[in-house]
Amino acid sequence: MMGMLGDGFVVTLQIFGLTLLGAIPLGLVIAFLRMNKWGFHVGKKKRKIRPISLITQFYISVMRGTPLMLQLFVVYFAPFYIFGQSLSDGWRFAATVVAFILNYAAYFAEIYRSGMQSIPRGQHEAADVLGYTKAQSFGSIILPQVIKRIVPPMTNEIVTLVKDTSLAFAIGCVEMFTVARSIVASSRLMWAFLAAAILYYVFNLVVTLVMNFVERKLAYYHD
Amino acid sequence: MPVVSLEHIHKSFGDNEVLRDISLSVDKGEVVGIIGASGGGKSTLLRCATLLETFEKGKLTYDDVVVAQNNEAGDAVYGSKAVLKQAKQKFGLVFQNFNLFPNFTVLKNITHAPIHVQKRDEGEVMEQAAELIGKMGLTGKENMVPCELSGGQQQRVAIARALCMNPQILFFDEPTSALDPLLTQEVLKVIRELAEEHMTMVIVTHEMAFARDVADRIVFMAGGTIVEEGPAEQVINNPQNDITKAFLNKVNQD
Ligand SMILES: Nc1ncnc2c1ncn2[C@@H]1O[C@H](COP(=O)(O)OP(=O)(O)O)[C@@H](O)[C@H]1O
Ligand SMILES: [Mg+2]
Repeated sequence: MMGMLGDGFVVTLQIFGLTLLGAIPLGLVIAFLRMNKWGFHVGKKKRKIRPISLITQFYISVMRGTPLMLQLFVVYFAPFYIFGQSLSDGWRFAATVVAFILNYAAYFAEIYRSGMQSIPRGQHEAADVLGYTKAQSFGSIILPQVIKRIVPPMTNEIVTLVKDTSLAFAIGCVEMFTVARSIVASSRLMWAFLAAAILYYVFNLVVTLVMNFVERKLAYYHD
Repeated sequence: MPVVSLEHIHKSFGDNEVLRDISLSVDKGEVVGIIGASGGGKSTLLRCATLLETFEKGKLTYDDVVVAQNNEAGDAVYGSKAVLKQAKQKFGLVFQNFNLFPNFTVLKNITHAPIHVQKRDEGEVMEQAAELIGKMGLTGKENMVPCELSGGQQQRVAIARALCMNPQILFFDEPTSALDPLLTQEVLKVIRELAEEHMTMVIVTHEMAFARDVADRIVFMAGGTIVEEGPAEQVINNPQNDITKAFLNKVNQD
């Protein structure tokens, strides 16, 4: 039975890893769309409407303002309701990963945005006067400073993600919590919950250690 | 041909006209000091000259590069990206609060743009940087990051960073306003040395004695206009305009 739990843990790890792999870059795209200044003036007061930014803000607020479990169901059932497709077992895992990426990218985007906006304007100006292109100054000067600033809030989100993976149980994706629950249900052996708890805890301990290491690596300067 | 020439510049922030028909040109080897009470438009003028702000009317040229000029309707039209890029090679800017890159070491702050923007040979850039580091009294600090340096040292790194791009002209916006008197002197000293080497410079400063000693010409700005302009000794020791006199009196009292 330990083996079953172990298999579940591998699925948990996969959800975790794939979510980060997808949400970290997608969050950057969303952050840029959110900060996009394209728009037009309307009305007497010449208020500027920024459609791209507004749509992105709406997306972020929905993702942050509704339960992740509900989002899981929406993504899981979407192919059935939209395309009339029957839902395969494999889709449970894929739907979990898709929902997690969409949700976490929204949180990451807001962290990136506040990180980018906290970089003093003088940094952009100094780079501009030295002739850096926007892409060059973002890559070599701004982004490294942003990364340093966002490590602590990112650590919080990633620790939450480890625990959130257990929500996949709701759509029957067989990750560690789903396995632990079925062991307990079928054999009344409560140790399965305890073992799962320990594994989540150790997982997060490792996450925290890694993030602390990154934080220390970037502590060679302060601003 | 002047290194930089600003002609009839008008610049507003909303309804606030900050530069009203300003004209200023600087010849090669000349040092121009800009003085005036705060809010007079000195920083805005420098920011327009260094392309950090755009102006609505007027003409800006560096050497033979026309950065912006009025169209037939009298509105300033800027040149293409390529033109702006070419113009940016001509000048450097030293900020009041240094704006060094905190994640780069001293050496990288100085050499990164020459290597990655100007695409110059790394060995040659390193050689020039070593020379500048010596000249700025920063020997031994190459591998430190800005937060490990005093304000005076940081500003000297910023000057070295600007100089390593080999600009034809260097703008300073109150380079010592963020420094205490002791550190101010060490920064003024390196600027004096640059003046002796006939580096072309435009310096906004509140240090009147320094301005008088180092500048060939002083420009006094107030309310977005150039109120008085002339040889440094004359403007500071013997101003003609009443507003200039009042300003200098007030500065001397402080
Ligand atoms: N980005 C800005 N937006 C709006 N007003 C500005 C901005 N920058 C400067 N100003 C205004 O322009 C005027 C001149 O400012 P500035 O050029 O900084 O003067 P100085 O450098 O001589 O103190 C001031 O009234 C200031 O409030
Ligand atoms: Mg100013």
